[in-house]
Amino acid sequence: MTTTAPPQAASDLARRPRARDAGTRAHISDRARAERRLGWMLCAPAVAVMLLVTAYPIVYAIWLSLQKYDLRFPADRRFIGLRNYGAVLSNSIFWQDLYATLVITVLSVAVELLLGFALAYVMHRAIFGRGLVRASLLVPYGIITVVAAFAWRFAFDPTTGFVNGLLNTDTSWFTKPWSAFTVIITTEVWKTTPFMSLLLLAGFTLVPDDLVRAARVDGATGWKRLTKVIIPLMKPAILVALLFRTLDAFRIFDSVYVQTRGAQNTETMSILGYNTLISRLNLGLGSAVSVIIFGLVILIAFLFVKGFGADLSQQRGER
Amino acid sequence: MDHKRAPLNRFLWVLGTIVVVLYALVPVAWLVSLSLKPADELSNGKFLPRSPTLDNYTGAKGVFNDPQFPSALRNSVGIALIATVLAVTLAMFAAYAIVRLDFPGKQFVLGGALAIAMFPPVSIIGPLFNMWRSLRLFDTWPGLIIPYMTFTLPLAIWTLSAFFREIPWDLDKAARVDGATPFQAFRRIIAPLAAPGVFTSAILVFIFAWNDFLFATSLTSTNRARTVPAAIAFFTGSSQFDFPAGQIAAGSVVVTIPIILMVLVFQRRIVAGLTSGAVKG
Repeated sequence: MTTTAPPQAASDLARRPRARDAGTRAHISDRARAERRLGWMLCAPAVAVMLLVTAYPIVYAIWLSLQKYDLRFPADRRFIGLRNYGAVLSNSIFWQDLYATLVITVLSVAVELLLGFALAYVMHRAIFGRGLVRASLLVPYGIITVVAAFAWRFAFDPTTGFVNGLLNTDTSWFTKPWSAFTVIITTEVWKTTPFMSLLLLAGFTLVPDDLVRAARVDGATGWKRLTKVIIPLMKPAILVALLFRTLDAFRIFDSVYVQTRGAQNTETMSILGYNTLISRLNLGLGSAVSVIIFGLVILIAFLFVKGFGADLSQQRGER
Repeated sequence: MDHKRAPLNRFLWVLGTIVVVLYALVPVAWLVSLSLKPADELSNGKFLPRSPTLDNYTGAKGVFNDPQFPSALRNSVGIALIATVLAVTLAMFAAYAIVRLDFPGKQFVLGGALAIAMFPPVSIIGPLFNMWRSLRLFDTWPGLIIPYMTFTLPLAIWTLSAFFREIPWDLDKAARVDGATPFQAFRRIIAPLAAPGVFTSAILVFIFAWNDFLFATSLTSTNRARTVPAAIAFFTGSSQFDFPAGQIAAGSVVVTIPIILMVLVFQRRIVAGLTSGAVKG
């Protein structure tokens, strides 16, 4: 945290001469103590809820993942150490699902970044209808993911859809892996690019117009201005947007569930976890999958922060 | 600079705007058109219905006469609203403390909120499923309200902190000098000024809760608490081969209308809210 409105305020208080009550050291520290107590009291409910509903369950998940625990055979429950992890990691389905998840994540985030950048630029420079553009982009953001997934599923479906008529093919999209991936990624891109573009638009406002104009006067071409001036200045905003979208895409569940249910090798990590836990009621094995997903998410976040230097203090809303 | 754009340039910008609007609205228009198609037009592969009908909405097999959909709609509205009120209330207290008060552990609150924003929900559905069964929260409203509230707290805390930083705090100081306690200053002076930020974060939280599918399908099993996304995904036709595309489209349109109205009315606020945590701080 770089600045500190609150401590400043506190020291203001400390320094302020008080006419009414001159020797006030005890009073001030009472006041500081009251402030401290109030701070804790105000944060306590939110912190308690967050800890109870995430930290406790993840610890519980780790505990479950060390047991043989199938709700269909509850009598069989016993501690088996790391054997669930061995079973998951030696299963080819796990690796297939990890691969599918990475394919969807990398491709959709890459397309979203390019498209989101273009959309942000249109919004930034639009001469008319800026409000119209912004309002229409919020529609995909706000729409329920399950609904978006159905819209695209029906659009690509060979019997109900119009896409085949438009492209003049008779592809049956959901029967082959690559075409199924195409539909899933299209859905993901359509739904989340607006969010990306809004984050990038906020990044555009960080680039001072004067600097771009100066570069133009110095003879920099449009491309040079983009790559040498605008993008470097926007780098923090881009990295934060990328990190959040990557983590979000990595846990993709809704659209895959609706469109393929994981058929054609499109099963993702979240679908695997859901199937093992909720459909097959195997809490031990499923929890091992959950813990592995949790570990991978931490790894991705770590790579972004250490590898690319994503500065999250910005995202945290600290100045 | 910008005001002397060439006509061609201008034309390209207009074109770009139109493309963006089409991009956003075509899939929605497609759902509307699908929902208006009578059964015999569903597989004609045309974008628009030839003889539009409301059968999929109010007909015998329409969504409003479906055994699941009306109760799912009720559940969705109730659960999302309660989760929103709770999350925003808790976040308001926390954000006020973070912006205004000096206390050790502030970093812990902010860091924790950040960690939860990245947390994969699928990692805790197993434990929650098991815990909710023993606490009798499985398939109840609170069973969904609790996770929604938790996963939206970080978003709400950031958005509110960002808005709270813009508030003229001198008023608060003045009140304190006049003898108000910190709590009185919060309630009488700051809360009214903070209302727009509170409202914005409420919209974002509501959209999240309204959208969720993973918890809704894992932690519910019947009409008691099943929300719209789960109900739509589990729509089944009269037989395995009769996939109810028309009804699904109609249900989708019904739950999309409130979202579209909301983004049209509150677009400025939503954009401000989404971007506030990102760069402004």
